Amino acid sequence: MSLLSDLINLNLCEYTNKVIAEYIWVGGSGMDIRSKARTLPVPVNDPAKLPKWNYDGSSTDQAPGDDSEVILYPQAIFKDPFRRGNNILVICDVYTPSGEPLPTNKRYDAAKIFSHPEVAKEEPWYGIEQEYTLLQKDVNWPLGWPLGGFPGPQGPYYCGIGADKAYGRDIVDAHYKACIYAGINISGINGEVMPGQWEFQVGPSVGISAGDEVWAARYILERITEIAGAIVSFDPKPIPGDWNGAGAHTNYSTKSMRDDGGYEIIKKAIEKLGLRHKEHIAAYGKGNERRLTGKHETADINTFSWGVANRGSSIRVGRDTEKNGKGYFEDRRPASNMDPYVVTSMIAETTILWKP
Amino acid sequence: MSILSDLINLNLSDITEKVIAEYIWIGGSGMDLRSKARTLTGPVKDPSKLPKWNYDGSSTGQAPGQDSEVILYPQAIFRDPFRRGNNILVMCDTYTPAGEPIPTNKRNHAAKIFSHPDVAVEEPWFGIEQEYTLLQKDVQWPLGWPLGGFPGPQGPYYCGIGANKAFGRDIVNSHYKACLYAGINISGINGEVMPGQWEFQVGPSVGISAGDELWVARYILERITEIAGVVLSFDPKPIQGDWNGAGAHTNYSTKSMRKDGGYEVIKTAISKLEKRHKEHIAAYGEGNERRLTGRHETADMNTFIWGVANRGASIRVGRDTEKAGKGYFEDRRPASNMDPYLVTSMIAETTLLWKP
Repeated sequence: MSLLSDLINLNLCEYTNKVIAEYIWVGGSGMDIRSKARTLPVPVNDPAKLPKWNYDGSSTDQAPGDDSEVILYPQAIFKDPFRRGNNILVICDVYTPSGEPLPTNKRYDAAKIFSHPEVAKEEPWYGIEQEYTLLQKDVNWPLGWPLGGFPGPQGPYYCGIGADKAYGRDIVDAHYKACIYAGINISGINGEVMPGQWEFQVGPSVGISAGDEVWAARYILERITEIAGAIVSFDPKPIPGDWNGAGAHTNYSTKSMRDDGGYEIIKKAIEKLGLRHKEHIAAYGKGNERRLTGKHETADINTFSWGVANRGSSIRVGRDTEKNGKGYFEDRRPASNMDPYVVTSMIAETTILWKP
Repeated sequence: MSILSDLINLNLSDITEKVIAEYIWIGGSGMDLRSKARTLTGPVKDPSKLPKWNYDGSSTGQAPGQDSEVILYPQAIFRDPFRRGNNILVMCDTYTPAGEPIPTNKRNHAAKIFSHPDVAVEEPWFGIEQEYTLLQKDVQWPLGWPLGGFPGPQGPYYCGIGANKAFGRDIVNSHYKACLYAGINISGINGEVMPGQWEFQVGPSVGISAGDELWVARYILERITEIAGVVLSFDPKPIQGDWNGAGAHTNYSTKSMRKDGGYEVIKTAISKLEKRHKEHIAAYGEGNERRLTGRHETADMNTFIWGVANRGASIRVGRDTEKAGKGYFEDRRPASNMDPYLVTSMIAETTLLWKP
């Protein structure tokens, strides 16, 4: 009813200086995003000026009931596309009362890696291609798919248009504008090969902000699907069979790679990644073995390969980069349910800090 | 229809000085909110300048038919988020024509306690965490729950997002802004452990205004669920079994507790509350025995326990307070259907006036 949206859309700036801050964190499973809101007396632009907060960790599998406080440290601020005005979203990470990061806090170690002087001076850039599948509520079957059956085979859906090819565009487009509004560096969107699957890209982002921006974008996406009455799935292989999985290809470059002669740096970096393939794969998302089969534009999980313009390899180098002798490369191994703090920092660590 | 909302949203300020005042009171059950509106000749900001009014007490279980007038004394003014402009909500309490508070009037006695010099000098602050459950209209089954069945067990819902985890966020978010607009000191909101259950917090509020603000926040919430076509429940244990109940945890501090050395004052206060456990429990909400079982983050009704960061205790002290040696504590015993005038004044009375 129009009255409820009048209230939801009230612009409080005319009546009060108070703002609402939605504190966001990742729960005990490593993929469940949680949030709650508090009132601040005036607008705040700097995360360091936001108060720490706490929540009941026994309700998110992160603390026992008799010692349940988990502390939220604000790390990044974005504008709130739902409440608008001067209201904000705050990406936080999680600590014990004595100041130790919880085991599920992946941001903490990532931040250490990114502030290492050798990493920081290389200004690592990331562009993350987040794929995801939309499901119908209650039945958990992909959006647009007939109940009890399947749509026509893959082919027409990639970047497709039309009511029989594109399912859920409202969600995707609302998300795109909402992220731009929020201040997230969202660089594009496209419909994916499997019907009901979509992708958005965030980047280029420097260092730790890649993870902050991807998590904020995921939060906004799930809030939007909540409004739309659909479910968002980050499962890497939502439907077995001749249907594409969902990944989070991670594009990467350092200052040296972007400078003249960078192509040699790229090849050395890829070589190092090849030597740590098993370690990376273990951290690249649960269930990835169902996706990385060697078919459907993936490389087999047990094989490390790289190639120019090769979508069937673990790592793909673009033709532009090869031609210019500098640029970036794409790690195609991470699954859609990867933790961007883990993946981005691990790539930086292996290529810049690790010695074989 | 757009024509009806054009009329509802008419801004009368351009056309007339007249304002509409919605007088709100509590009916005979102690939990049923009632209201009716009248036109005033011009804007009013001071409750003492508002006229007393009256209503038919025989229709609310508060007076016999042959002598039915109950008098409304205006006590607090808030901006009306539904009518906006210069229109107001007026929180009232209820008296006989002879000027006696009627038995269901809990505010009168609370106001006396808060104006006692020994209480007033301590500036008692309250922060009340009001939990509530949203129910589908007509079937009275929680919002988002399948008819004839149950959702997946508790775990994913606390501060959760997504169409399969958060049910009714529009109500919660419009309530948040509406309360801020109204001038209520609403400090935050969160999704609760049981799906379809939510919480908002009001405070810190001083003395009698804690009760006024909470009752008006409840009024605004039920008006919003009315618009949304959903039913609001303050029952302390709406669903039997492995589902959390709903409480109204009451956070409390006095000037002495907030100063250096306050932790000792807090411990003394808690020991006084322990001695009057039975009396407090009796006043903390009907049906609380179904909720205070010792499970689901409660302490058993017949036991008094207190502890730092212990959500299974009757009274919980935060780690911040313990560390700083001063602060506040949380009485976790009150049920969601408690009367805030009664609970706040009783806590003040026991800790500041009562001698063991």
